[in-house]
Amino acid sequence: MQLNVKLFAYFRDNRFKQKLMDFPAGTTVEEIVNTLDIPLAEVGVIMLNSRQCEMYQAPAEGDQLAIFPTIGGG
Amino acid sequence: MSDLSCKIESVPERWMGLGGRGLTSTIIAEEVAPTCHPLGQHNKLVFAPGLLSGTPAANSGRLSCGAKSPLTGTIKEANAGGTSAQMLAKIGVKALIIEGKPTDDGKWYNLHINADSVRLQEETELIGKGNFAVVQAINNRLGDKTGVITIGPAGEMRMTSANISIKDPDSHLRSHGRGGLGAVMGSKRIKFISVEPTEQKMAIANPQAFKEANRTFAKALADNPISKALGQYGTNVLVNIINESGGLPTKNFTLGQFEGHEAISGETMHDTIVARGGKPKHNCHPGCVINCSQIYADANGQYKTSGFEYETIWALGADCCIDNLDYVAEADSLMDDIGIDSIETPVAFGVAMEAGVLKFGDGAELCRILKEDIGKGTALGRIIGNGAGSVGKAYGVTRVPVVKNQAIPAYDPRAIKGIGITYATSTQGADHTMGYTIATNILGVGGKVDPLSKEGQVELSRNLQIATAAIDSTGMCLFIAFAALDDATCLPALIDMINARFGIHLTANDVTNLGMSILKTEHAFNLAAGFTNKDDRLPEFFSEEAVAPHNVVWDISDEAIDSFWNF
Repeated sequence: MQLNVKLFAYFRDNRFKQKLMDFPAGTTVEEIVNTLDIPLAEVGVIMLNSRQCEMYQAPAEGDQLAIFPTIGGG
Repeated sequence: MSDLSCKIESVPERWMGLGGRGLTSTIIAEEVAPTCHPLGQHNKLVFAPGLLSGTPAANSGRLSCGAKSPLTGTIKEANAGGTSAQMLAKIGVKALIIEGKPTDDGKWYNLHINADSVRLQEETELIGKGNFAVVQAINNRLGDKTGVITIGPAGEMRMTSANISIKDPDSHLRSHGRGGLGAVMGSKRIKFISVEPTEQKMAIANPQAFKEANRTFAKALADNPISKALGQYGTNVLVNIINESGGLPTKNFTLGQFEGHEAISGETMHDTIVARGGKPKHNCHPGCVINCSQIYADANGQYKTSGFEYETIWALGADCCIDNLDYVAEADSLMDDIGIDSIETPVAFGVAMEAGVLKFGDGAELCRILKEDIGKGTALGRIIGNGAGSVGKAYGVTRVPVVKNQAIPAYDPRAIKGIGITYATSTQGADHTMGYTIATNILGVGGKVDPLSKEGQVELSRNLQIATAAIDSTGMCLFIAFAALDDATCLPALIDMINARFGIHLTANDVTNLGMSILKTEHAFNLAAGFTNKDDRLPEFFSEEAVAPHNVVWDISDEAIDSFWNF
């Protein structure tokens, strides 16, 4: 399946902002984070199609996955 | 100001345990008639450092300012960084109360405060001047260590979105932004307040315990990952995550995502600042360990603005569709100089754009109107300078994002429902900082509550509003809340510091009770001013116009909103 993967803040360093990536069907968010060599403990927020999601969820073909480190502001 | 006199009074016993917002709101509630005209002689303008301001406590340099707001008609507290809170506290000022109104409307004054006295003097040189010129002139007149609290032309003209500016350690500006407190200062005919530095140190009842608690507290702040991200990207790190969530109000609140979000994002801002030789990290007051401020340089590497905040960048960027950080920075600098709220004003411009006064995305024209109309007080300038509600009325626009006439900031309440409860119920009109549910709705701080669900939002907003009222009384920056919500050592260390400072024995329950009592005091003032639960509502368009990408409306019932006050 093809996903649109988006990274933010320092997760972009030496990686990318946004990339179409292929994964086997059933791949979980956690497995994708590991593939990208992002330390799990540093992941603050994940959104699947602009909705909050969890590490165990498995995206579907064409989904948009956004991965953020722990950030805040206001 | 009615008899142009100054008095130093001892602090009444009942106010001794209060500081910051707790003190300003208590004084306003006790001494200001809720039905008075906010710009008349019966309103009072109160400044108060927090309980820990002036001590070595990390991040404790916030100054609270309170009055009845001319924008909302409610009680108001706005707090800001800068150097004055710590200086006033060291001098021994618990609160500065400005009351009455001069009978001679032709004269302006300044107030000078030092360790021995308060002096009111006629001011002629700086009337009509922008805030940057005021700070420069006072640095020349009294030395660059002098604290400065000032209003720009907008405050002099009593525009209801005028702010009060505070000098920071590098002679740039921070602001008591919201609610038009600059107009109240203008109505008192005070152009600026100068605070003389002192060598005096704060008395601390138990210095050793204080030192230990402060070490734990500062470590909790410095180690927190959000603090680190704030230091790198500033608060503007939020553009991309709020956009991704579908809650970034765009084109006067008609969309939830902005096509140009990358161009105005914290990531782009960081790279631009580094490439141009600015500073990504900067502190707005001594002792801050987070450093969320920054120095933004223009294309020639020259200083353009600082304290360049997410809400300002959102409002000019997404809400007015200006996808160019240099125009946004230029407008930010102009608003600082004119002395006008950088949330209210661009939201007002968004409404003006919908009305056809200027085009969405026209940064050059927005800057021109700021300079030539708002800065000079033309009829158009006054319409916009009186806020989003004023523009809506003047041009017959119905999509006007305000609660209690104060502009709704950078988070769409249809897609992030917790913040809608805060906007509706806040004692001060729409204000995200009163109960920042974004932490839990979006950022995963203090647990998780689904932003699109109706469940749990009232309780979330209530708990955060109570905690915020307490934090706003300590002199602490609200950004300590990120560490306080998720690091078990942070809040106990803060309470230990208060106890060590005063030799008292507060518990966490006492702090919660303080927060509740402040909210109830403020709410009672508003009820006495004529507000009812019917004012705790969002504008009707939020219930009728679905916002993309989630295609959701505001759907929390009036009964649920009213249950906020069940405590």
